[in-house]
Amino acid sequence: MENLKKTPLNKAHRELGGKMVDFGGWDMPVQYSGVIAEHLRTREHSGLFDVSHMGEIWVEGEDAIKFVNRLTTNDVTKLVDGQAQYSALTRSDGTVVDDLLVYRFDQGKLLLVVNAGTTEKDWDWITHHKGDDNITLTNASADYCQIAVQGPDAIEILRQLTETKLDEIKYYYFEVGKVDGIDAIISRTGYTGEDGFEIYADEKYAEQLWNKLLEVGRFGEDDGILPCGLAARNTLRLESGMSLYGHEISDEITPLEANLGWICKLNKEDFNGKAALVKQKSEGLKRKLVGFEMKDKGIARDDFDVYIDDKKVGKVTSGSPAPYLKKNIGLAFVPTEFANIGQEIKIDVRGKHLAAEIVPIPFYKREK
Amino acid sequence: MANVKENLHYSKDHEWVAVDGENATIGITDYAQHALGDVVYVELPKVGDKFDAHEAIGSVESVKAVSEIFTPIAGEVLEVNDSLNDTPEVVNTDAYGDAWLIKIKMDNALAADALLSSAEYEEYLSNNE
Repeated sequence: MENLKKTPLNKAHRELGGKMVDFGGWDMPVQYSGVIAEHLRTREHSGLFDVSHMGEIWVEGEDAIKFVNRLTTNDVTKLVDGQAQYSALTRSDGTVVDDLLVYRFDQGKLLLVVNAGTTEKDWDWITHHKGDDNITLTNASADYCQIAVQGPDAIEILRQLTETKLDEIKYYYFEVGKVDGIDAIISRTGYTGEDGFEIYADEKYAEQLWNKLLEVGRFGEDDGILPCGLAARNTLRLESGMSLYGHEISDEITPLEANLGWICKLNKEDFNGKAALVKQKSEGLKRKLVGFEMKDKGIARDDFDVYIDDKKVGKVTSGSPAPYLKKNIGLAFVPTEFANIGQEIKIDVRGKHLAAEIVPIPFYKREK
Repeated sequence: MANVKENLHYSKDHEWVAVDGENATIGITDYAQHALGDVVYVELPKVGDKFDAHEAIGSVESVKAVSEIFTPIAGEVLEVNDSLNDTPEVVNTDAYGDAWLIKIKMDNALAADALLSSAEYEEYLSNNE
């Protein structure tokens, strides 16, 4: 356990009674009060998440946009200052090194926010592809804390700590400002399917920000903010149909297969994996990611096999009870011919073939 | 620290057994429910099913994980706790009481003596923390 990496909020998690687990080499809280309570509170009021384990990589210099555009599937040239974009780092065969957020500060300054478990792999990948571009790369992952305030009450909570006009920040945009007097990047993004913000700041202020957000969020009251662990983060993103690296996208899966065609701009200038993705699209996908809902009693879990007519056709990538929807749901890859809403499938739950049905993704969509 | 109830027998798989003559009631321990987190589904056998010791009789599933339940004692199922179909969360709140799982008629009425006592189970837990 001594070798696990810790975020600057490790002590705070332990003081709050967080149940700590090894998450990809990080000592992280999987839950505090309970995954169902945390999930529901985020849907109905607000949840607070420590995501400081995520990686931050700066790309600076006159070729910053050109460079990132060559490595990622989405179109970086379309970003304006203060805008963020969901994208994927792809290999030449179209498989995914990682999914990430690209923030544009100005035309010579981009911030890449990548997954925790892949930060080193991404850093190696990015620096390896630098070539002759006039850019400076900085792995600033250890310098930042990242705290997410999510849920319908998130904006009112954060408003008490900042003069930045939060209403003017549109979804997937950000502002540089101050939160509780601390310099911060305030980004209207998240991984829960709710409105909310992700706040990046100097890691030495992590505890101050965390505690202040709990305080103004009235932590402890029935409708106050709740600190949420990784378990709730996972069920919230799954209900909202969002991909998790290593599950829906990976070293062996392309974004097109994972319903991420919308972040693959195949008409933009050349990028890593473009030819492979163009080919895959023109030939047609052999398999597709679908959402399913259990019809029989029972819960599908990650890696369970999917059957149609007694024939094994695919695998569950993420499966779980959905606390808000009160259903058992999952995402799975199936051959494209079966990837239709209403298609009956069977999930092999420890030897029993239980009935499920393909349903639209996202499972949950918030009312605007 | 997990709550260990007096006067029960325990397995190293974290089941408890309450003996009443030749019948026994089986459930999962406070430690087990705590390790699982929010329980959302309990799968139980049918009345009349017969099991050998250490055989899987069903499962308890939380949002995050699934735990198979193994009967520590051989016997025939006399009764199953159907109320857990609608209120599986009781496993979290009353593991030693309302959340009993099954009652069996033991093949050998002395079988439970081979299990851990409350004190032994407590010690087993403290060595595994």
